[in-house]
Amino acid sequence: MSTAPYLQSPAATASHTEARLRIGGDWTLAHYAQLLPQVDALRSQLDAEVRVDLSDLGALDTAGAALLVELLGAGRLAELAADAPDLSRERRALLQTIGQAMADNEAPAHAKAGSALGDVFAHIGEATLTIWQHLVALLGFIGLTLSTLVSVLLRPKRWRLTALAAHLEQTGLNAVPIVALLTFLVGAVVAFLGATVLADFGASIYTVDLVAFSFLREFGVLLTAILMAGRTASAFTAQIGSMKANEEIDAIRTLGLSPIELLVLPRVFALLLALPMLTFVAMLSGIFGGAVVCALTLDIPLVRFLAILQEDIGLNHFLVGMLKAPIFAFLIAVIGCLEGFKVSGSAQSVGEHTTSAVVQSIFVVILLDAIAALFLMEMGW
Amino acid sequence: MSGEAIIEVRDLGNRFGAQVVHEHLNLDLYRGEVLGVVGGSGTGKSVLLRSIVGLREPSAGRITVFGEDLLSLSGERRSLLERRFGVLYQRGALFSSLTVLENIALPLIEHAKLSREAAERLARVKVALVGLPSNAGDKYPTELSGGMVKRAALARALALEPDILFLDEPTAGLDPIGAAAFDQLIGTLRDALGLSVFLVTHDLDTLYSLCDRVAVLARKQVLVADRLDVVADTDDAWIREYFHGPRGRAATQAATGVPGSS
Repeated sequence: MSTAPYLQSPAATASHTEARLRIGGDWTLAHYAQLLPQVDALRSQLDAEVRVDLSDLGALDTAGAALLVELLGAGRLAELAADAPDLSRERRALLQTIGQAMADNEAPAHAKAGSALGDVFAHIGEATLTIWQHLVALLGFIGLTLSTLVSVLLRPKRWRLTALAAHLEQTGLNAVPIVALLTFLVGAVVAFLGATVLADFGASIYTVDLVAFSFLREFGVLLTAILMAGRTASAFTAQIGSMKANEEIDAIRTLGLSPIELLVLPRVFALLLALPMLTFVAMLSGIFGGAVVCALTLDIPLVRFLAILQEDIGLNHFLVGMLKAPIFAFLIAVIGCLEGFKVSGSAQSVGEHTTSAVVQSIFVVILLDAIAALFLMEMGW
Repeated sequence: MSGEAIIEVRDLGNRFGAQVVHEHLNLDLYRGEVLGVVGGSGTGKSVLLRSIVGLREPSAGRITVFGEDLLSLSGERRSLLERRFGVLYQRGALFSSLTVLENIALPLIEHAKLSREAAERLARVKVALVGLPSNAGDKYPTELSGGMVKRAALARALALEPDILFLDEPTAGLDPIGAAAFDQLIGTLRDALGLSVFLVTHDLDTLYSLCDRVAVLARKQVLVADRLDVVADTDDAWIREYFHGPRGRAATQAATGVPGSS
């Protein structure tokens, strides 16, 4: 059905009185790969005198036409376009269109490649700057959120209670099973560890204290915050990010509304309420996990477990844990929302910023928790 | 114009739940013609296009392309047939993780079995052909303006040298100069390559300057599909409003050089 294309160089027909470049067959995409090297080889040795014979040309598409344009060059093409008995008017128009397009459009010069060492330094510099910019942006956004918060707090009419309730359900209520299950398991694991290590000192009874201390002060709030960073910060970024990509944020602004008030505050408030409640669930469920292990492997019945709790553990440990919850909640929500606002246009950008939101919020949570632990230990609280 | 129909739509029905979009719809696309499809918003122009290219299984009726029913073909034969389509989606649908050049080169590498180098070289030609500046090839779709995305998407649609080109509102969002150049490019390609074009548009200037036939979609069917002057004279309230409203008159005047007939 299709005829193989050919390109006969003038040299092959040199015996004729006049050198002719014979072009024939189907010059189509299917033969592009085959023709390309021939065209490249012949183009350089073609002199201006050669006459072009296109009488056997079969099918021609834009790929083939592009090759012809490259082979013949603009000058000869103009000649052909003006007077070529072998070409139909439509084909001449095609050749001319492509010739025109390619003449206007020289391949751009590529940027010069730098040295490897220079690239490394440039990269380090860029990364450092990025961290600094992230920090500045985060602090700025926190300020913006707080100032909007203050202005809204005084006017109860502008409280978005419906949005708050919806987010509270998503971030709080829906997270209860996963938080409870995971902290129960970690509580059991900590109790096992305690039982194993403390048994060597004949102090396995202190497993109770270990579980209670760790969950009240650290694990309850830390595990919940990390879970929320993965579950909620990412959701906030994706929600706000896809609104940004869809120009909805711009629409909110041009309607004279504040995106911070409409989108950020309900989310921040929801997490501020949800995270302490979930932290409480996590503490109970972690200690319960520890109690189950104690009852099953250490022969410490539940009643005894509770009695030790009441005797040994002060209320201040519970308060230390609970006080960290709103701080973590605020940071997680703000980072999630901020990353959402940083999304630019594409779906890929939504994905990138979602990842970034999770990484940043987990980082911030653990960093703050470590600083708090140091501080509280020095203070003896 | 040869009388061979390469797309035949017969008795097509499309419904979304209780909402009926098409009912007993019939339409032909002939080889080498540009068929303009017009209709009010919500008359199912894009749904018709999606049904023909096989993205949507119709609720009733039959669609044959090159004499074959796309939905009943095996995967491989269907893929072979689909390579003869070039589709320009309303919003471009460029792959956002690839540059413009890679977008165009992708089908060339996958289907035409070109090396990456050759594919990018050919892709550069297509970029130039649709009127994009040469530095646009190395940009990502999000860095382009709406009109440039349209052109880049056209370049990708033309990559595999299709037999049928489906264009969904190609000139919407283009400036008048760009739109005119677009019309001219499609015209040149149709003449030189024998391309058949299925063109969904609201652009009256495109209808007048480019289309061989116009199909009017209304009341769940194709009301009329014929030459533009025949369609414009059809006695139907919507068609009269469309072609003889203020914008229709202006476009007629621009195309024929004489004041509109009404």
